[in-house]
Amino acid sequence: MKIVFKLFATLQDFLPAEARRTSAVTIELAEDTKIINVIESYGIARAMCHLVLVDGFYIPPAQWDSRVLRDGETLAIWPPVAGG
Amino acid sequence: MGWNRKILRVDLTHGTCKAEPLNMEWAQEYLGQRGLATKYLVEEVNPKADPLSPENKLIMATGPLTGTMASTGGRYSVITKSPLTGAVACSNSGGYFGAELKFAGWDMIIFEGKSPKPVYLSIENDKAELKDASHLWGKTVWDTEEIIKKSHQDPQIRVSSIGRAGENGVLYACIVNDLHRAAGRSGVGTVMGSKNLKAVAIRGTKGVSGIKDFKAFMTATTAAKKVLADNAVTGQALPTYGTQVLMNVINEIGASPTRNSRDVQFEGARKISAEAMHEPRASDGKPNLIGNQACFGCTIACGRTSKMDKTHFSVVNSPKYWGATGGLEYESAWALGNNTGVDDLEALTFAQIICNEDGMDPISLGGTISAAMELFEEGVLTEEMIGLKAPFGSAEGLIELCKMTAEGRGFGKELALGSRRLCDKYGRPEFSMTVKSQEYPAYDPRGIQGMGLTYATSNRGGCHLRSYTVASEVLGIPVKTDPLVTEGKPGLVKAFQDATAAFDSAGICIFTSFAWTLADVAPQVDAACEGDWSVERLAEIGERIWNMERMFNNAAGFTAKDDDLPKRLKTEPAKTGPAKGLVSGIDKMKPEYYDLRGWDQSGVPSKETLDRLGL
Repeated sequence: MKIVFKLFATLQDFLPAEARRTSAVTIELAEDTKIINVIESYGIARAMCHLVLVDGFYIPPAQWDSRVLRDGETLAIWPPVAGG
Repeated sequence: MGWNRKILRVDLTHGTCKAEPLNMEWAQEYLGQRGLATKYLVEEVNPKADPLSPENKLIMATGPLTGTMASTGGRYSVITKSPLTGAVACSNSGGYFGAELKFAGWDMIIFEGKSPKPVYLSIENDKAELKDASHLWGKTVWDTEEIIKKSHQDPQIRVSSIGRAGENGVLYACIVNDLHRAAGRSGVGTVMGSKNLKAVAIRGTKGVSGIKDFKAFMTATTAAKKVLADNAVTGQALPTYGTQVLMNVINEIGASPTRNSRDVQFEGARKISAEAMHEPRASDGKPNLIGNQACFGCTIACGRTSKMDKTHFSVVNSPKYWGATGGLEYESAWALGNNTGVDDLEALTFAQIICNEDGMDPISLGGTISAAMELFEEGVLTEEMIGLKAPFGSAEGLIELCKMTAEGRGFGKELALGSRRLCDKYGRPEFSMTVKSQEYPAYDPRGIQGMGLTYATSNRGGCHLRSYTVASEVLGIPVKTDPLVTEGKPGLVKAFQDATAAFDSAGICIFTSFAWTLADVAPQVDAACEGDWSVERLAEIGERIWNMERMFNNAAGFTAKDDDLPKRLKTEPAKTGPAKGLVSGIDKMKPEYYDLRGWDQSGVPSKETLDRLGL
């Protein structure tokens, strides 16, 4: 299955160079892949992740280990950020 | 003591400047800046007064921490009755002007009456005088500052002024200080222009003295700075990416008002985001962003400095705009970008430059232009009427409309009135995305429900800075709440409103609240100011200020009916994203909010509430 994986702000550096201008990359995943598996496969420390969204919906940290990603979903992650 | 205990009262009608003592009894009840200056306003100005008449007053006020070594202690506010909304206006600005006012020995300046001819106020410590500004009238903010500094032969003077927008009666004109910082909202610059007051120029060399307990103040401010430095948002994210980092966040959660709130997600958001500002441009290989900057005493430094692409159509023939300038902030990028459907980063940077140079609120300007674009797309306005084609997405149209508004040219005179008056005039009031006639900012209440209540009940009309529940609903500060539900939001909004009023009255920046709570502010105020300043007392002061502002608005003629949102947000569901199918639940939240406030269902504070708060 395929998902769109987006990393923003300082986490963008973990994306392949060619994907940084869009902050997004389409990736192929095995069935039953969980959010934490994607985070770890890109070498991102769990502590660096703050805001995790799947299709725009907030996923609390307690569910990162259990939430299974589904075909066609978009996983987006930010470090701690704010503005206004 | 924090305060200088001295006010400058300027009678513009008679051309006099007079010192008077600060009312220290009121200072104990309202702290400073927003709270204390609003107290002066409600005591001295008839709530029914015409905002653009000599009867209205304009107050520039600092807080007790302004000019001190407290982090972000450079803030000042402008308080008046707004010509855009008819409600109380309080607009807050950073930069260096506020601290300079304090260094000159003053806590606030009260302008009253109207000068028979253009003047500017010159302050050099205790000496204050009105000077002829005939030669400055018609000049931009940037030219005004340069001319004043040259004529005084002092580059260290701090200047706050209006541009041509304030002179031309643009109802959302700003007062701009230090070139790129602004008391931005509600038309405070329009009031200044109506008084024939072009600028305030200050040189203060006294510093701040009289801190109540200097050792305790050193300890408290140092500890508070460490909190900011250690926090990932205020210590790293804001300095690196600025407010613009929210562009992709808010778009991804489906709460980015787009094309005059027809949509809640903008396909061009990534192209105009903080991330894009960091990237080399295709045209010249240089990034839009060249660095960050800080206001006086700030240890966050969220401000942006940018350099435009010299080959961009907006500046290709104008070398004066090729140097370093204030870079895009999130609200500007959204209002002039997502809201108008324009995804050209350089065009948006230039549109914000026009706002800085001529003193216009980009939120209201963008909201008004987006309403005009919808009127154009609906065939209500034509190319002939506007003077150009103005469909959503037209960067050329956007830039020209910004210029026309600032210069008071052609259709710009109609845009100057704001979207509510514009849409009323053309018989389509439903296209005005306003609350109390002020354009709301960059968060769609269909996708962030608490912000609907924030906008509806804001004492200065559509605004995010009166209770920024985005912090909790989206960013998880201090705790994460669900943005899609209405439950719990009335209490959240009230808590944010009261705390924000206290922050705004202390002389510090509200962005500290991403890391600080009132528990971090109280020790700093307590060490600086006479009296005992606890968290509870600051929260009570915030609530007192909120109710005082509300009473002024009620007396001005506002009612519960005005605590409402545009019809579109209540009847047209979000089309995409997590909020798909949802409208704002404002009608569910409002009754509970009134109850929590101790108001009746007409939005009037009860006698018990007023007695409890000493109002």
